[in-house]
Amino acid sequence: MRIDNVLRLGIKELRGLVRDPMLLVLIVYSFTLAVYAGAKALPETLNRAAIAIVDEDHSPASTRIGLAFTAPYFSEPRLISQYEMDRRMDAGLDTFALDIPPDFQRDLLARKSPAIQLNVDATRISQAFNGGGYVEQIVSAEIAEFLAHTRNAQAPPIDLALRARFNPELKKSWFGAIDHVITSITMLSIILTGAALIREREHGTIEHLLVMPVSPLEIMVSKVWSMGAVVLVASTLSILFVVKGWLAVTIDGSVALFLLGAALQLFATTSMGIFLATVAGSMPQFGLLLIMTLLPLQTLSGSMTPRESMPQFVQDIMLAAPNTHFVMLAQAILFRGAGLEAVWPQLLALTVIGVVFFLIALRRFRAFLA
Amino acid sequence: MSATATADATAAVGSVVHLDGVGLSYGKTRALDAITLDLPSGCMVGLIGPDGVGKSSLLALIAGARAIQQGRIHVLGGDMASARHRRNVCPDIAYMPQGLGKNLYPTLSVYENIDFFGRLFGHDKAERNRRIAGLLRDTGLTAFADRPAAKLSGGMKQKVGLCCALIHDPELLILDEPTTGVDPLSRRQFWELIAAIRNGHPGMSVIVSTAYMEEAAQFDFLIAMNAGRVLATGTPDELKRQTGTDTLDEAFIGLLPEADRSNHTSVDIPPRSEDHDEIAIEAEHLTRRFNDFVAVDDVSFRIRKGEIFGFLGSNGCGKTTTMKMLTGLLPVSEGSARLFGKAIDAGDMSVRRRIGYMSQGFSLYSELTVAQNLDLHARLFDLPAETIAARTDEMIARFDLADVIDALPDALPLGLRQRLSLAVAMIHAPDILILDEPTSGVDPVARDRFWQILAELSRKDNVTIFVSTHFMNEAERCDRVSLMHAGKVLTSDTPAAIVAARGSATLEQAFIACLEQAIADTAELASQPAGSPAPASATTAPLSRRSATFNPTRVLAYSRRETLELLRDPIRATLAVLGSVLLLFVLGYGISMDVENLTFAVLDRDDSAISRDYRLQIAGSRYFTEKAPITDYADLDRRMRAGEIGLAIELPPGFGRDVSRGRHVEIGAWVDGANPTRAETLRSYVQAIHATWLTQKGRELYGEAAIAGSYQLQLRYRYNPDVRSVVAMAPGIIPLLLVMIPAVLAALAVVREKELGSIVNFYVTPVTRLEFLLGTQLPYVVLAFGNFLLLVGFALVVFGVPFTGSFATYALAALLYVTATTGMGLVISAFMNSQIAALFGTVLITLIPAIQYSGLIDPVSSLQGLGALVGRLYPTTYFVTISRGTFSKGLGFETLHNDLLALAIMIPVLVAAGAMLLKKQAR
Repeated sequence: MRIDNVLRLGIKELRGLVRDPMLLVLIVYSFTLAVYAGAKALPETLNRAAIAIVDEDHSPASTRIGLAFTAPYFSEPRLISQYEMDRRMDAGLDTFALDIPPDFQRDLLARKSPAIQLNVDATRISQAFNGGGYVEQIVSAEIAEFLAHTRNAQAPPIDLALRARFNPELKKSWFGAIDHVITSITMLSIILTGAALIREREHGTIEHLLVMPVSPLEIMVSKVWSMGAVVLVASTLSILFVVKGWLAVTIDGSVALFLLGAALQLFATTSMGIFLATVAGSMPQFGLLLIMTLLPLQTLSGSMTPRESMPQFVQDIMLAAPNTHFVMLAQAILFRGAGLEAVWPQLLALTVIGVVFFLIALRRFRAFLA
Repeated sequence: MSATATADATAAVGSVVHLDGVGLSYGKTRALDAITLDLPSGCMVGLIGPDGVGKSSLLALIAGARAIQQGRIHVLGGDMASARHRRNVCPDIAYMPQGLGKNLYPTLSVYENIDFFGRLFGHDKAERNRRIAGLLRDTGLTAFADRPAAKLSGGMKQKVGLCCALIHDPELLILDEPTTGVDPLSRRQFWELIAAIRNGHPGMSVIVSTAYMEEAAQFDFLIAMNAGRVLATGTPDELKRQTGTDTLDEAFIGLLPEADRSNHTSVDIPPRSEDHDEIAIEAEHLTRRFNDFVAVDDVSFRIRKGEIFGFLGSNGCGKTTTMKMLTGLLPVSEGSARLFGKAIDAGDMSVRRRIGYMSQGFSLYSELTVAQNLDLHARLFDLPAETIAARTDEMIARFDLADVIDALPDALPLGLRQRLSLAVAMIHAPDILILDEPTSGVDPVARDRFWQILAELSRKDNVTIFVSTHFMNEAERCDRVSLMHAGKVLTSDTPAAIVAARGSATLEQAFIACLEQAIADTAELASQPAGSPAPASATTAPLSRRSATFNPTRVLAYSRRETLELLRDPIRATLAVLGSVLLLFVLGYGISMDVENLTFAVLDRDDSAISRDYRLQIAGSRYFTEKAPITDYADLDRRMRAGEIGLAIELPPGFGRDVSRGRHVEIGAWVDGANPTRAETLRSYVQAIHATWLTQKGRELYGEAAIAGSYQLQLRYRYNPDVRSVVAMAPGIIPLLLVMIPAVLAALAVVREKELGSIVNFYVTPVTRLEFLLGTQLPYVVLAFGNFLLLVGFALVVFGVPFTGSFATYALAALLYVTATTGMGLVISAFMNSQIAALFGTVLITLIPAIQYSGLIDPVSSLQGLGALVGRLYPTTYFVTISRGTFSKGLGFETLHNDLLALAIMIPVLVAAGAMLLKKQAR
């Protein structure tokens, strides 16, 4: 392999990219506006959850509970009848419906331990779990306070001082922004390398290269480094100016270490792009393969939903995907300020996966050219 | 061939095309300037001139395929600037763009291609069958009716293209370089066919552009063009008289301005000196098979150093394959090939350095300038760095590229591009040049210059040149030529010897005789010249002139064609269907909102019975998994940063004692806030566990009076009582899959036509934008709906997700939804011109909004900002509601009709947007 050939060919790829303004616009968009929108769109924790209250007691205690659900966590509770409750939940208007039974206050004071029913629309998975806990806490607190006024109950003097680390207010915009950068890195690197190869084949220039003293390895490495570099530069700028600057997210860890991880991730994903392009016969086929690769990478790597809650076999399979390690690494560095001593296993895993992917892709690429 | 045509010309009255001050610019380049012309009707008009002088642009303007920028164009008595007139006359105009089979669909068979055009022009089945049978018979293609267009030779492709153009009996036939790149025999057959058709349809006007002067000499009326302007018009004889020359070739050169003419020198190749007997290229019994197909069959030849060796033959006869084997691009199936006595090894870089190769169609890097192309190739060939500048300059001077040094190759006329290509192939001073049809489509002046360079290379620099060509005057300049047919070499000798052996007057006749004999021998009579074709129009009924604004027949014609293409690419359809099922499986199992196995560890500074009890309380929960105890704060910090533990609990010293004595104690707890959603869940779990523990302890320590839980909260999870993620996810993933895949497929379908050129059929046929879009969309709607049924079946059977609502409502919604999502793809395709950009753009507008803003994870009502806006406008949002409602909530039409309505409204909006953004003419 000759380095200067690799360099020349890579620069040629970059020049090709510059000549496609639409593509440049899309790259810029996905690292700026898309990141911003992604960070701002997601609700901060539980946001404006729709709740309805069926108050069959109409007592001070029940009224007190009804008034406790406030913005921003909940939208203003609607007072509805029991008859309406089912219909509204069916239509998806309410996520929660709290049913306070008749004589609730009387039973409460009489220590009869009355039951409040909380209906949760379990098809809205994320709100169902978190929101349920919130509702429970709010109701408990209100009842405790109500009882504190009416009788002298002795609360046990053990407090739980619960603090969230790294992101004390649990702001989702942090998470959303970084998550979008990670998605863009993967998406772009696969599309750019794969599509560049397919375009070169459809236009017949790849054949032209092969009559020159250039080896398949050189051709492939040139595509890997050039497209990888574009994405790396774009993501650096995105982290510095969009995430840190525009969105004012404080980043604890070393951005340089993150970029090292990103470079390794790009090594693996650009190889994937080459591989997919050699498998696909045409651009539409490449498009479909791309979707089939991107969707699982995006949803199962732990960036969207936590890995721990996936079935074991999914977790195991996803260990072979570079994204999984990259997401772990990115979260550790950017959110928790972890250093090299914490993330070296991920760096190692990314390197190994990158090398394996690269070798497989190179093998395919050689066979594909022959 | 057209002695009768001349008579027509004199008889014809009036003009078929009138141009007045027509101008056209591409960016800064002026392609046409102030063209004012009258083209006589009922005759054969030829457009001649060098490449890049605007011939193709002019023809596209006349055909209505390109939008007029300047001036007025009247065709068949109306103004082509008026969309109404274009719609009215386009059934009378047929246009065949430049490029072999450019307007054909490669995967469709010959019959299907012609049939598609018949449908566009509204013929009924019987009519189409009669016309197609007639056209196929006349063109001798009957035997090939079922062969895909991609597998035809160039000459046959052009004949099929002609059939497609003639199916609707046009009054004006526009052919843009129809015979470029076509071998002599096919070319002769092509013109015989045109002549026969004109005989049967005397009123028809034909406008042809051509690079072959011997063809142009047969036309009734010629227009000579140069640099976007008309040089002269008149009959071939008039032009010759005007310039005082004997042949049209010379006449044309005589017409050129002085500056251009001075560039021209007649080619003069001195005889080869016989002192080089070294063999440069040697092939012995060279054979190449592609599966069953033998592309090159037992070919042997020897080429001496410094020789110019010509390779002739029809398209697809194996010339290119042979050349590729010699360059090492293709492995040899049998036999051997040697360069300078060394066997060719694809991995041997030193062999590559001795060869210069110019592939068909000049594969230059269109994104690099002329200088950058030269420089890149010099460096790739490893020229010493200090000599690169000198060598590049030498090439620039020798090939006269100084004026265009910073231009991009695509902006150059073909002749210049060809010189650049040769310069690139010569940059490393190779001993052997392998040139695959280097002059195809290039005008005579540029070709002569090119051959002058070849002559110098051969005679002065002793470069061995192996060149394939369709031009007989070029073949005559070679030292020796080989004629190939169907993978075999028919004859191989000096041009003079071949003519003598055949006893014919010219090399062309000798070759045609040779080919015809070979064809007769192999009984492959299919492409026999059309003897006396019965013109298609003579037997057919007059056309119904229905050019209504919306015609379902044309919509279905496009749908049918798109369906056929989809069926011919089974990988695409299979990937679309099976891929989505696979994704449903992976995502359905993978995405899970259940939070389990949360990791925690305890820093127990007390280590008493009570503190251990507290720890066990958490460890005993099914949500938590305990890790090794924390030793100190540094350990806590490190492990939390590494993501090893999600929750850390610190129990202070004296915890047990203080609790027993009822003193105030504070337990420290830290939650990893990196993933806010998970942190929320974790926090509420810890609080719940803490509360439960307190209740128990309170009861133990202070008696019943202190029971904190003085009420009970009954939690009822509705619609999904087990809170299984998969039940909630599958109905959400189906909408996700039904947006991405259909949108990508629909977007690429249109952009692909743009990139590969068949979009021109849409420009010049009576198809409206709406018909085109709907026709393209329909097959993808059907495919996506089938996909929907499969996904639902899969969810029910494999995942066991219960379906409780109205299936009819769900299916109706799905139909509306996939129509909307394919419509989104079509809107994208109206913007984009490259497949990469279309693919990228579609993924961008589907992946993120569908996953994040459509209520799949967070309800749309809780989104804010741009995300909320996108969520409310995005079709997936409504379909997610319907999908979940019908799947899990037992709902039907009466509850969901508003969501259905929202989906239904999006369809006309998207289709209208697509139709408005799509251009009916090239710009």
